[in-house]
Amino acid sequence: MLRFAGKRLLWALVTLWAIITITFIIMHSIPGDPFAREGKMPPAVYENLTKHYHLDEPLYVQYFLYIKSLLVFDFGPSLKSSTLTVNDYIEKGFPVSLHLGIQALLLAVVLGLIFGVIAALNRNKWPDYLSMVLAIIGISVPSFILATFLINYFAVEWGLLPAATWSSWSHTILPTISLAMLPMAYIARLMRSSMLEVLNQDFMLTAKSKGLNKGFIIMKYGVRNAILPVVSVLGILAANLVTGSFVVESIFGIPGVGELFVDGIFNRDYPVILGSTIFYSMVLIFLIFIVDIAYFWIDPRIKVAGEEQ
Amino acid sequence: MRKLKVMALFLVVVTLLLSGCFNNSGTSEPTGTKDKPGGNNEVTEKIIRTNSGSEPGSLHPGKAEGSHDSWILDHTFVGLIKKTAEGKIVPGMADTWEQSDDSLTWTFHLKEGLKWSNGDPLTATDFEYAWKHVLNPETASVYAYQLYYLEGGQEYNAAEEGADLKALEDKVGVKAINNTTLEVKLAQPTPYFLEVTSHFTYYPINKKVQEENPDWYKEAATFVSNGAFKLTQWNHKENIKLEKNENYFAKDEIKLDGLFFTLIEDENTAWQMYQSGELDLVYPLPQDVTGKLMAEKDPIFHNGPDLSLYYLNINTKEKPFNNVKIRKALSLAIDRQTIVEHVAQGGQKPAYGIVPPGILDTKGDFQENSGDLFKEDVEEAKKLLAEGLAEEGLDKLPPFVYTYNTLEAHKKIAEAVQEMWRKNLGIEITLENVEFQVKLDREKAGDFAVSRGGWIGDYVDPMTFLDLWITDGPENNSQWSNKEYDRLIAEAKSTMDTAKRMKAMHEAEKIAIEEFPVIPIYFYTKPYVVRETVTGVYAPINRYPQMELADIQ
Repeated sequence: MLRFAGKRLLWALVTLWAIITITFIIMHSIPGDPFAREGKMPPAVYENLTKHYHLDEPLYVQYFLYIKSLLVFDFGPSLKSSTLTVNDYIEKGFPVSLHLGIQALLLAVVLGLIFGVIAALNRNKWPDYLSMVLAIIGISVPSFILATFLINYFAVEWGLLPAATWSSWSHTILPTISLAMLPMAYIARLMRSSMLEVLNQDFMLTAKSKGLNKGFIIMKYGVRNAILPVVSVLGILAANLVTGSFVVESIFGIPGVGELFVDGIFNRDYPVILGSTIFYSMVLIFLIFIVDIAYFWIDPRIKVAGEEQ
Repeated sequence: MRKLKVMALFLVVVTLLLSGCFNNSGTSEPTGTKDKPGGNNEVTEKIIRTNSGSEPGSLHPGKAEGSHDSWILDHTFVGLIKKTAEGKIVPGMADTWEQSDDSLTWTFHLKEGLKWSNGDPLTATDFEYAWKHVLNPETASVYAYQLYYLEGGQEYNAAEEGADLKALEDKVGVKAINNTTLEVKLAQPTPYFLEVTSHFTYYPINKKVQEENPDWYKEAATFVSNGAFKLTQWNHKENIKLEKNENYFAKDEIKLDGLFFTLIEDENTAWQMYQSGELDLVYPLPQDVTGKLMAEKDPIFHNGPDLSLYYLNINTKEKPFNNVKIRKALSLAIDRQTIVEHVAQGGQKPAYGIVPPGILDTKGDFQENSGDLFKEDVEEAKKLLAEGLAEEGLDKLPPFVYTYNTLEAHKKIAEAVQEMWRKNLGIEITLENVEFQVKLDREKAGDFAVSRGGWIGDYVDPMTFLDLWITDGPENNSQWSNKEYDRLIAEAKSTMDTAKRMKAMHEAEKIAIEEFPVIPIYFYTKPYVVRETVTGVYAPINRYPQMELADIQ
């Protein structure tokens, strides 16, 4: 297990390095300039700015300067803010996005699994149709429409919940639902088809013929086997959710990290683009690693790669 | 059972993780004027709750940039002069001022006993220090050029590496003669210099604070200002709270206890927060809401003037747009009233000129005095197009591309213009939607035919619009050049005689409309809503709605 983790860590570093380098190259080759704007910018002002942020150095120098600062976990300044650095953005924003993401993930997984299992057990009966209609709505309604709809009814019309901002737990309810809807629908569909497959397996029949309790069979043999495909997508889903959603966070005015990447690119804010890319990659790599371990834990038949060599 | 324990532990950890995750838990939320339907209208503190579009990039007057930054700065700082709701210049930090006969030297006499929000005395030295700080090339201030009006300002800011910065700094034309006298020397006579000093780049900063803690402006705890309000809470990316500054010289005029800005990017959400009683003043508004409120004549709705123009750049270097008649035909074939009423829906004003309304002329309003400088006329446009094509030896306008940056509002206008040109002139164009940065890049390189443009004036004078299109001007994307126009602008810039200046600028505007280097579409307005219980909010032409003198009934 340790060897496995060590190897993975090494690979993670190589992957990260490749991501940094590729992003760096792409970022500097697209048109645009962090200081371009509609308006006056005398050459002197422009030069002072580029000098201030070392953007007047040759690209390879900038690259090494950046890698050097990364070694001490310094993601650099934001070119659009003289108040917050990229580190500030991540330190302040990530706990918020993580909070929202975990809530949404829990909701999506719990409801998704329940709907999926119910649908599979009642194949082609009304509970099946109902859950699948819900799932299709969840997949096809974009989150910004859902969010606006929720705010309109729950906040404006009925006054039950606050419309936006991030100041108490009740403020988190609407964004959590908006964020959870898509992954929930996705998990429900995945779980349904996987469960249907498992239900037809021989071992299910064997268990049944042994006269075991139906609920026990479904939980112990059915769900445990059917959940594997869901677990395998969970890493990417979780990474998506905890790194924040641009749409949901900007609609609800949530101070997370969701907008970082999009705004960074829009403004050609180079350190923000790089910082957020690296950060997202790190989260993703970590979560995929967790998923691999979870796999092993749920299904002992799966051997952790590399252990046999 | 073991698994159950693991699950329980996990839940406990998650709960712990999630609680105490709110920045606000220890800080105050305003109670303000909650008038939720059915709620109690108890007023505890007079606080206006409003929204600001995004986290300010910087609240340092010398480093600030966008309108979100300046909105907060306008309420926390005050410069040498202030402007009233009517646009009149009145004393701010300066009590009186005079200019020399050649208009190059201005002497400002500050009020006695001025104080910073932390109690420090505010002196002329703070102004001198602040202005020089902005111009220092090491500060890398984006708005440093606002201080190029000062003698030696540009030279200092443009200093090459290794130059003697100290010597250049000493040559900058601003000097504190004593604690209350500030002497300013200008590089050339600038008729609108007083007006310019109300820009945030000219606000003073506390020299002592800046020298002791260069990061003072990053957090509320260390923030020191001299305006009506002081910054008392700044939860980055969430909200900003201002409270009345007891050291403000005119504190008796301030009725409010404070202002609370929620940082909400989404206009729809802000409007919904207004509807649910969480905000008292909202600007900007979503387009369709503006249209609806205007149609209903809702008393909460206000539509202030705005110092900005929406226009189309035409690349005059590209054939056949070098032909005046073709450019004119394109302009005359656009129905601006329809665009304003049915497409943009923000209560904008169709533009039949270049200078927006709300700027003073020798007498009255500059734009009103100009009147409509051209009339839309489809028949005339058709005729001009035919003539222009003949002159260029073409029988048909070759297909061209209209470039705009990604935004629903720009797309709608582009589509409307496309349809009008198709219907009225029978020409086919392609719309191209590019990222903002890409559009800027193309415009700078002259790689476009027609592109969307917009301009917000830097100061309240027709010149801020008219000098855009001088030959090789930095924003002259049309690459248009007209000697007579250049001459008139130069003439207006060189004289302090208002009558002469205004006359030259009126003439210049006429030339621009004869030749159409750009096609004006509309003048923006500033639609906002404010609760009827709030009084005294006003929107100056070049500022967001000002709440300094507001009160809550």
